[in-house]
Amino acid sequence: MDWTALWLSVRLAAATTIVLLAIGIPLAYWIVFSPRRWKFLVEAVVALPLVLPPTVLGFYVLIAIGPLSPLGRAYALAAGHGLAFTFEGLLVASVLYSLPFAVQPFSAEFASVDRRLLEASWSLGVSRLSTFRRVVLPLSVRGLVTGIVLSFAHTLGEFGVVLMVGGNLPGVTRTVSISIYDSVQSLDYAAASRTSLLLLIISFAILVSTYSLQRTVWIRPRH
Amino acid sequence: MDSAASLTSAANRPADRVDVPLHVGVTQRFASGFRIAAALDVVLPAGSILVLFGPSGAGKTTMLRQIAGLERPDTGTIRFDNQVWCDVARRLWRPPQERGVGLVFQEPALFPHLTVAENVRYGIQGGVRHRSLTHASDAIDVVDIAALLGIADLDTRYPRHLSGGEAQRVALARALATGPRLLVLDEPFAALDAPARGRLRRDVRALLRRTCTPAVLVTHDRTEALAMGDSMAVAIHGQIRQVGGVGDVFSHPVDADVAASLGVEAVLPARVVESSDGLLTVAVNAALLHVAERAAGDPVAAGAQVYACIRAEDVTLEVQSPAHASARNHLAARVVSIAPEGPIVRVTLDCGFQLDASITRRSREELNLARGSAITAVIKATSIHLVPRM
Repeated sequence: MDWTALWLSVRLAAATTIVLLAIGIPLAYWIVFSPRRWKFLVEAVVALPLVLPPTVLGFYVLIAIGPLSPLGRAYALAAGHGLAFTFEGLLVASVLYSLPFAVQPFSAEFASVDRRLLEASWSLGVSRLSTFRRVVLPLSVRGLVTGIVLSFAHTLGEFGVVLMVGGNLPGVTRTVSISIYDSVQSLDYAAASRTSLLLLIISFAILVSTYSLQRTVWIRPRH
Repeated sequence: MDSAASLTSAANRPADRVDVPLHVGVTQRFASGFRIAAALDVVLPAGSILVLFGPSGAGKTTMLRQIAGLERPDTGTIRFDNQVWCDVARRLWRPPQERGVGLVFQEPALFPHLTVAENVRYGIQGGVRHRSLTHASDAIDVVDIAALLGIADLDTRYPRHLSGGEAQRVALARALATGPRLLVLDEPFAALDAPARGRLRRDVRALLRRTCTPAVLVTHDRTEALAMGDSMAVAIHGQIRQVGGVGDVFSHPVDADVAASLGVEAVLPARVVESSDGLLTVAVNAALLHVAERAAGDPVAAGAQVYACIRAEDVTLEVQSPAHASARNHLAARVVSIAPEGPIVRVTLDCGFQLDASITRRSREELNLARGSAITAVIKATSIHLVPRM
C-alpha cells in the first residue's frame, strides 16, 4: 500500500477544496447576482473542465505555468523554482479542474433562495453584501456542503491532469491514482487492488455520509 | 420607561405629526407589452392609509415596488417627503436600503433560518433605524410592537412553526421595528382566513396610528378598501385613474372603468345612531336607514362610522307608501335622471343622498317616471350591507 501517495492525495484534495471555497463563493455570487449580460461566458468557462479531456486542460496548464510563459517566469522569480512538477503547480491545475464541481452547486443554491427574502432584507436597510452573508449563505449550507464534498472527492480521484502537470515524483506529485496506474504497469495487481479498494471505500463513505446528513439536518424554507 | 408611557409619547411627538407628500410620476414598459404610466401626487398624514385599489393585473404591485426601490422605472421621478428617491433624467437613485420603506408582502417572507425574535430584530442589527435619522429619540421600541401584535411569546419559535396569521404579524413587526418612514402593504391579509384577517386589520390600523407611520395598502378587495382606507387611488391598466377620499371616489367615480372596478353598489358614508335587537339605525346625511345586522359580522356600536352599501337592484320604487309592508325603509325621493341600459332602466334618485335604482322598462312606464317625479324608494333592511370603518 502506497501510504505516501494516499496522504499526498488527501493533502491536495483538502488544499484544493479550501482554495475553491475562497474563489468559488465570490464567483458563484457574481454569476447569480450580477446584472451583466455577458456572464453566460463566464459560466461557460467555469463549466469547461466538465467536457474537456483532462489531458487538454493539463496541457494548457503545463504551458501556462512553464518557464516560457510570463506567469511561470514570474513565479520562478518569486519562489526560486518553477511551478511545473511541484505540489503548487498541481494545486493550480486541480483548482481549475474542480472549479465547476464547487461553483455550480454554490450558484444553484444561491439562486434558489427566495428573492423576496433578499428584498425584505434590503428594505430593512441591510446592504447587499450583508444580506448575502446573513440570508443567502445560511440558507445555502446544503449547496456549500455539496460543492465542498464534490470538489474534495473529485480531486482525490483525478488522474489525467496530475499526470500532465505533476508527473510522477514520489511524495511531491505522485498521487494515489498515479500509484495505482504504476502498480498495474508493473503487473503488481495485488497492490493495485488494495489501493483501489481503499479509494473506493473512502469516496463512497464521504458521499454516503454527506447525502444522509443533508437529508436530516437542514431546514428548508416553506413554500 | 414602561411601554404604555413610551407609546403615548410616540403618538404625541409633534415632529411625527407632519403630513408627508408623496409624488410618483413614472413609466415602465415590460417585455410582455404591459406598460405602467403612473402619476400620483398625494399628501399622507401620519398614521393614515392610502389604499391603492384596482383589479388584478392593474400594475398595483409594480407601482408599490417602484416606491420601495425594488423596481427601476424607465422614465420619471419619485419623491417622498421632498427627498428624491428616483429621477431617471437626472440619474438619481436611492437604493431600497436608504428609503426607509417597510415592506409586507402577501406571503410573510420571514427568514426561515432565524427565530421570530431574530426576524423581528433583523433590521435593527446591522440595518438602519430610519426615524432616528430625523428624530432624536425613538420612544416606541421593538418590544412594544411585539406586545401590541401579540407575538411576544413566540420569540424562540421558527417561522415554519407559525400559523399564517402569526407569521404575517411577525412580518409586520419586522417591518415596523426599524421605524420606517412609510409602510407599504401588498395585499397582506389576502392569504388569511376571515377571523384572522379581521383581527389583523384592526391591529394594523392601531399600530399605524400609534407609530404615526403612513402606509400605502394595495388591495383589490372593496370591503378592505372601505374599512382601512383614509384616501384611495384607483389603478387600472397601469395608470392611476382617480385619487381622493374613499367616500368621494366610491360616490363619484371619474369614468366608467373606475366605476366598474369599484362595483355596482352605492357606497354611502353613514353613522350608527342606534343599535338594538340586531337592528341598527344609521344616519346618511339627514335620512335614517334601518339595517339588519349580519350574524357573521362584528357587532357595531352606536356612534360608529360605517359605509352603507346598497345595490341598485335592491331598491324598489313605489308611487305611494303602503301603510304596512315588510320592507323597513321607505324614503321620499325625487328622480334626478333616468338612463336606459337595455331592458332595464337606471333611475338616479335624490332622497337626501344620491341613490340608484335599477328597474325594468315596463315598471318605468307603469310608474310614469320622469325627471323631477316624486316617488318612494323602498329598501329592505337585509339588503343594506354595512362596512365598519377602522
